[in-house]
Amino acid sequence: MDILVIGLNHKTATVEIREKVAFDGPKLGEAVTLLKATPSVKENIILSTCNRVEIYAGVENHDAAIEHIKTFLAEFHNVQRAPLDNALYIHNGTKAVKHIFRVASSLDSMVVGEPQILGQLKDAYDFALKKKSTGVYLNKLMKKSVSVAKRIRTETKIAESAVSISFAAVELAKKIFDDLATKSFMLMGAGEMAELAAKHMINSGVKDVYITNRTYERAEELAQEFDGKVIPFEHFIDELIHTDIVICSTGAPDYVLRKEHVQQVMKARKQRQMFIIDIAVPRNIDPEINDLDNVYLYSVDDLQGVVDTNIGERNREAEKAERIVASEVQSFLKWQESLIAVPTIVAIREKAEAIRKDELEKMLRKLGPVEESTIKAIEQLTNSIMNKLIHPPTAALKSEQEDRDIMVDMAKRLFKLETEENNGKEE
Amino acid sequence: MPFETNVLFFEIALTFYFLATISGIIAIFRGKKATSRATLYLAAAGFLCHTVSIVARYMKGGHIPVTNMHEATSFFSWCILILFFFHEYRYKLGLLGSFIMPIVLMLMLSSAFSPREIKALSPVLQSYWFGIHVIFAFLGDAAFAMACGIGVMYLIQERFVKSKHLSGLFQKLPSLQVLDEINYHLITLGFPLLTLAMITGVIWANAAWGTYWRWDPKEVWSLITWLIYALLLHMRLTVGWRGKKAAILSIVGFIIVVFAFFGVSLILRGQHVFV
Repeated sequence: MDILVIGLNHKTATVEIREKVAFDGPKLGEAVTLLKATPSVKENIILSTCNRVEIYAGVENHDAAIEHIKTFLAEFHNVQRAPLDNALYIHNGTKAVKHIFRVASSLDSMVVGEPQILGQLKDAYDFALKKKSTGVYLNKLMKKSVSVAKRIRTETKIAESAVSISFAAVELAKKIFDDLATKSFMLMGAGEMAELAAKHMINSGVKDVYITNRTYERAEELAQEFDGKVIPFEHFIDELIHTDIVICSTGAPDYVLRKEHVQQVMKARKQRQMFIIDIAVPRNIDPEINDLDNVYLYSVDDLQGVVDTNIGERNREAEKAERIVASEVQSFLKWQESLIAVPTIVAIREKAEAIRKDELEKMLRKLGPVEESTIKAIEQLTNSIMNKLIHPPTAALKSEQEDRDIMVDMAKRLFKLETEENNGKEE
Repeated sequence: MPFETNVLFFEIALTFYFLATISGIIAIFRGKKATSRATLYLAAAGFLCHTVSIVARYMKGGHIPVTNMHEATSFFSWCILILFFFHEYRYKLGLLGSFIMPIVLMLMLSSAFSPREIKALSPVLQSYWFGIHVIFAFLGDAAFAMACGIGVMYLIQERFVKSKHLSGLFQKLPSLQVLDEINYHLITLGFPLLTLAMITGVIWANAAWGTYWRWDPKEVWSLITWLIYALLLHMRLTVGWRGKKAAILSIVGFIIVVFAFFGVSLILRGQHVFV
């Protein structure tokens, strides 16, 4: 059995292709069932997110399986083979295991360390379990992937700091105020980025939300969206006395908040800390305000700088994570190797058991009516003879050694197993 | 000299504090959470030995061991550690030990290098006011030492937020508001204790010498300390001297406490001098 990864992601495929081959909604169930029915694919899991579509398969003959899966993808989604083939990457063996570990640990993600992918992978696996499309190999691989991802999460700082401007703003607010539940927040102006940042700030649990805008109607709209209170634009400076966090993004060509204003505000608030975020370009808030005690002013560029540092930090941590992945791949391969002997061991046991039962029946027929206790005794006797006989060879097959392939081969010949095993496969 | 319990355990405690300080410094620069935990455990081990040492000395001398420089600084450190464990338990600041243990180590080292003989208690100290007075004074000073450590943490964290360069240490330090609040709590704890120490001292002075206030250098410097912290509290409540100003003042305040502690004894002399 070999593990196969066939897929495409944000690095190899454009959004158009990714959208076309995504398995959303009912398509996923249909696809898993169809793949399960493909003879060359023994086990399968389909992972489909907005950044990647990947099929993990347990296969015997991987050339045939690759062809089948590719054709399946093209036909299922009704896309042409050529552009699809160009976007697809195919891994097997060690590389496949490594790839899946890297995906689970978010090392292969667009934003390294983002936490969603592990959940998405778990969902994909749970779904496959429900459809009974997985077996020993993929089950073990998935469990291992989750544990590798968790190990990386705890042993490295790969997911530690914020890598988007909105999250960086929330993180900073928490480092200034600690508990946002007692803090009030004001959104000045509007705009995509400001509204996104405001949304994150509000979701972090601020107590009061104030909205102010030059256009009163727009302020009312936003107040409804964010469940806030409208402050007339002329009065916003007075309201700053009760505001701890400000996100500002008005279209004003000049500063709407000057140093003198904030000085007065700070005096009135008895110097309680203020965190002001100026998202507007050109700036709306006098940068000198940052020099005032207990006022922390961040512009978009400042936040971007924070984000860049954090991304750099994550990339450094990713190197550590890669080393963990490499060592975990090795340990998985060891397990996989130990599996080579399993079918043979099972076959030996089955054969021995069959012989025992056969002979026992013959014997009982010859003996005629016997007492229950005698039958039990004979059962026990034959069982223990059989177990003692097959224990040494099976133990030898299980043990770790380099020439395991040869041992397995020898065992098959010694116990005349070939035919039985082939029969088993065709079932 | 044969081994004495108080000496032996003092040395062991000193060693543990030294290791805790090293581990605390590592925790600042490149440590993980485990390093901070190691700092805490080492400090706790040191504290246990330290307690044994102080109790042994108490039993040997028959009075609270604060009558010479060695005993006083050792007892002072011990009070700081009590407050440290309390705050660590309550707020789980993680890196607090990294900033408190160096203060403790410095005090313990100066204690280690002071003469250690136990002398008979001079008549004036044989009063129940003695115990009450010194316990208020040392706990108050310990609160100020903690406020100083927290103040340093505040200034570092404030520097990160203001300068917009957020390093790994920024992630590990607590938020500004929490640091500021703890600083404030500590001052509101230390100030009444200092006030009580001064009141009991004044009553005791009157009982011992028949005069309340003698402008002894220690008395003068205690008054200066008291005024500094009174100013800090007053300004905080009226015009909001919080954050950076409070942090700086609590560091300055503690420097004066340390001077009042050592400087007055070593340079200026007076009734509070340890003989």
